[in-house]
Amino acid sequence: MPPRPDSARIVTPAGRAIARPARRSRVRTKWVTIALFLLPALVLYGLLVIAPVVQAIYYSGFDWSGLGSLDDFVGLENFRRAFADDVFVGALWHNGFFIALSLLVQLPFALGVALLLQARLRGRALLRVLYFAPFVLSEVVTGVIFTLMLQPDGLVDHSLDRAGLDPLIHQWLAEPGIVLWSLFVVISWKYFGFHMILYLAGLQQIPRELEEAAMIDGANRLQVLRYVTLPLLGPTIRISAFLSVIGALQLFDLIWVMTGGGPVNSSNTMATYLIDWSFKRFQFGYASAVAVIMLVISLLFALFWQRFVLRRDIEGALTTMGR
Amino acid sequence: MRLVSRTLLYVIAWLVAAAILVPVIYAVLGGFRTTGQIAGSPVGLPEPWVFTNYTEILTSSTFWRQVFNSLLIAVVSTLLVVPLAAMAAFVFARFAFRGREIFYTVFTLGLLFPIAVAILPIFIMVRNLGLLDNPLGVALPQAAFGLPMTIIILRPFFASFPNELQDAAAIDGCGPLRFFWQILLPLSRPVLATVSVLAIVGSWNAFLLPLVVLTDADTWTLPLGVTNYSTQYTADIARILAFATLSMAPALILYAFAERHIVAGLTGGAIKG
Repeated sequence: MPPRPDSARIVTPAGRAIARPARRSRVRTKWVTIALFLLPALVLYGLLVIAPVVQAIYYSGFDWSGLGSLDDFVGLENFRRAFADDVFVGALWHNGFFIALSLLVQLPFALGVALLLQARLRGRALLRVLYFAPFVLSEVVTGVIFTLMLQPDGLVDHSLDRAGLDPLIHQWLAEPGIVLWSLFVVISWKYFGFHMILYLAGLQQIPRELEEAAMIDGANRLQVLRYVTLPLLGPTIRISAFLSVIGALQLFDLIWVMTGGGPVNSSNTMATYLIDWSFKRFQFGYASAVAVIMLVISLLFALFWQRFVLRRDIEGALTTMGR
Repeated sequence: MRLVSRTLLYVIAWLVAAAILVPVIYAVLGGFRTTGQIAGSPVGLPEPWVFTNYTEILTSSTFWRQVFNSLLIAVVSTLLVVPLAAMAAFVFARFAFRGREIFYTVFTLGLLFPIAVAILPIFIMVRNLGLLDNPLGVALPQAAFGLPMTIIILRPFFASFPNELQDAAAIDGCGPLRFFWQILLPLSRPVLATVSVLAIVGSWNAFLLPLVVLTDADTWTLPLGVTNYSTQYTADIARILAFATLSMAPALILYAFAERHIVAGLTGGAIKG
């Protein structure tokens, strides 16, 4: 990741021309300070993030139950086995399903809502607070409430029935062909507010004059949106899409609580599959291989996005886009 | 025509708002009903209002123990991640040194490591350290995984202070340590509040790590309590809804007060003004 422009700024202490010995001791002070301030975070991060990730790579080469010694080295067998397992491949597809629908439905919806709030509606501050609220709710509570609402004869079925739409009633979480769509609705409920907030921040950075100028030149609202607003919102959209994909690759809590990956594995994701094989079936070696596959997919995607789409650093992802 | 389109906008806006509110209201009101009432008519108001679901939970020691456990873990992991990230972000923001961007990149890469990828080795490490069923077994890894996000939010904020400020302090004989402690941190209160709120909410809602580390029911946090409650009382929807409502209340209350901070932290820059 290339340095951000303002990180090139060098902090020099005042009074540069100082005799040598003093300077050397100042340099030493600087390095001591750097070490002192950086080490605690680095140690915690190294021990509990980097080391476990590396260990997961190591475990993935073994047939191992999680207890006892690691002595049954199987090479790449765990990886071969994962890709030969229809259930795992299915889980991969489900992640892909959530990625595709998030990009094609959830993000445009969030953008639409953000544009809606831009139109000076009365009460929009309240609306914004409301829309974002699900983001701070826990996945578990969200999952439990929606599971109850989607139960056969629950709130959703009952409402459909009353509205005369009873042919639409389904076993929302128990039909393999339906369950992913139900989950997607819940996921969107929970996360669209986050993307909306990103878009609102991006929209605020676009000078009104540009849109007004386009209007004066005779562009209609749609044309202004298409040729002025959206292109200027590009960086925000690219970052929101990036975060959405990374999030969809890691989906776990909601699905684990609502379906546990079922029925008949029809809503597994890589993460639920991983937990299933580790803490239920105690095949830590095999589950580690799944973890490594998740990791590699995330990294490859990030590299691809970085190289071809962002053309800027991720660092700015959440914080510099407001500039 | 303009009137029609504006009305349409209002209708859409409040429809979306209703879609957000329905599940929350369903849970809150459901807690005031009996399961019989809910089964009889899922859509409807409590008739009569029943308070026993809530009072039974609020007077049970299990619930309060879980509140305490959640709170303890949230406080410990926030007190770990915010100071450590602030120190690291200070160095990244205000010192030029060889290897800085490499270290920084290593931290930002952490955003790509979902905790699921590392969960097995973390479990084994926590087990070897004897920290299973211990709040630290959750708080430590959680703090570690919170570092990337926190550092990424803090760094540009710390970098935005003019160099003249630090130079002036240096002329007055103020070294980097004092500058950090007496000038930078006090001036950064808003952003520190932001990252703290984010850390607390994240910890309060965390599920996977507690699920794996905390097996003894006495050590459970609220999310574990909610899932357990919903499997234990499968048939008693009203109780589950009451429990879910009570466990989401603290997060919603915190959100009501700190909404500005949360949003500002996630979108950056905005709080500078």
